[in-house]
Amino acid sequence: MALSNVLETPLPGFNFDNAARNAALEGLYDGGQTPKPMKTGTTIAGVVFKDGVVLGADTRATSGEVVADKMCSKIHYIAPNIYCCGAGTAADTEKTTELLSSNLTIFSQTSGRNPRLVMAVNILQDMLYRYHGQIGASLILGGVDCTGNHLYTVGPYGSVNKMPYLAMGSGDLAALGILEDRYQQDMELDTAKELVRVAIHAGIMNDLASGNNIDICVITREGVDYIRPYQESEYKDRNMKYRYRPGTTPVLTKKVVPLKLEVVQESVQQMETI
Amino acid sequence: MCRNVNGTQPDIQVHPTESGRNGITMNTRGLRSQLKDSVPVAGLCPQGAYGVQDSLRSGFTSVKNELLPSHPLELSEKNFMLNQDKMNFSSLRNIQGLHAPLKLQMEYRAARQIQRLPFLQSSNLALDTLRGNDESIGFEDILNDPTQSEMMGEPHMMVEYKLGLM
Repeated sequence: MALSNVLETPLPGFNFDNAARNAALEGLYDGGQTPKPMKTGTTIAGVVFKDGVVLGADTRATSGEVVADKMCSKIHYIAPNIYCCGAGTAADTEKTTELLSSNLTIFSQTSGRNPRLVMAVNILQDMLYRYHGQIGASLILGGVDCTGNHLYTVGPYGSVNKMPYLAMGSGDLAALGILEDRYQQDMELDTAKELVRVAIHAGIMNDLASGNNIDICVITREGVDYIRPYQESEYKDRNMKYRYRPGTTPVLTKKVVPLKLEVVQESVQQMETI
Repeated sequence: MCRNVNGTQPDIQVHPTESGRNGITMNTRGLRSQLKDSVPVAGLCPQGAYGVQDSLRSGFTSVKNELLPSHPLELSEKNFMLNQDKMNFSSLRNIQGLHAPLKLQMEYRAARQIQRLPFLQSSNLALDTLRGNDESIGFEDILNDPTQSEMMGEPHMMVEYKLGLM
């Protein structure tokens, strides 16, 4: 017998109660649309060079046709030696990379070892395949571990690809053109940084959903150099200061009313200072 | 030996889609195998006192909502733990023999019996340690944490229900 007082707590994890309601609502209001989630229509790219990996990303986040964030950070920290660029739905990439980072931290603390890139890739692949693409996150993972310098990409349905140079996001075709043309094995640091910069720049120029500044992250055995921004866009936003010069608004009249107070009661309390 | 002379044509395989009233279609292709031995979708009987549909709390009903899931992930998420366990036990059986999953299932059963009072959520620490979930974080630890749920059942009713006195 089902009693209203006997409580069934919902299972932990995702709750799909509203899916039926949303489907019913969508049918009722023809033309009504649910609000669009913020996407990072993006250009992200990565390149393996002689001493490590260079990752690059633009900084624009769009919500429909509006630029939602001009200084969005798309290169996320995973581990001291692993960083990840994320394209797709902004919230999904953020949360997925945070979960991955937490899992790797727990692992490195219980085992006492630095995580390897294959472990990160496997965790991501399992997680994204479990949700069958509903988590819209296309990620480029790059890092240096005891086995060498690696660059992987994980798609939203859980596909994994390992390549020496990669580009993802809506501007990936433009960036990939540059990378295919100019990539060479065992490049120097400056050549690699310049190559990634040009690739992201091509994405920014040719894709509407990518823009603003370019961030670069260099990962080597010695450490990580996160350069944000590496290149600022020429089209700067106006000054965001909203302080007005005195005299901007003309004063028409001025009236001063003094507030008269009379002392009603006065009491003195000694403060004890020990 | 008789031969079937008037053999019928093989059926043309069509992807089974389901057309809702408002043109909402859903691909129900893999659903039968998921629905077969799974935790039911909407609960065994409608919520509310005396088993009557509670329109205020859960909205209008349709038989479709009770039987079929409205989100493609609903069934697979509900049964995820079950399916994981099944998969692990079956591969363990293939590798090590029947004794391995038997012993493990005995331990799982013992761990599952460690609960708190009827209206309090158990932390399932022993079960988590056995499964290996104590060293990983997933969405089930962040979203809808049962220890932080805002609803609590009435203690006396829950205890009576649990003991069968209700």
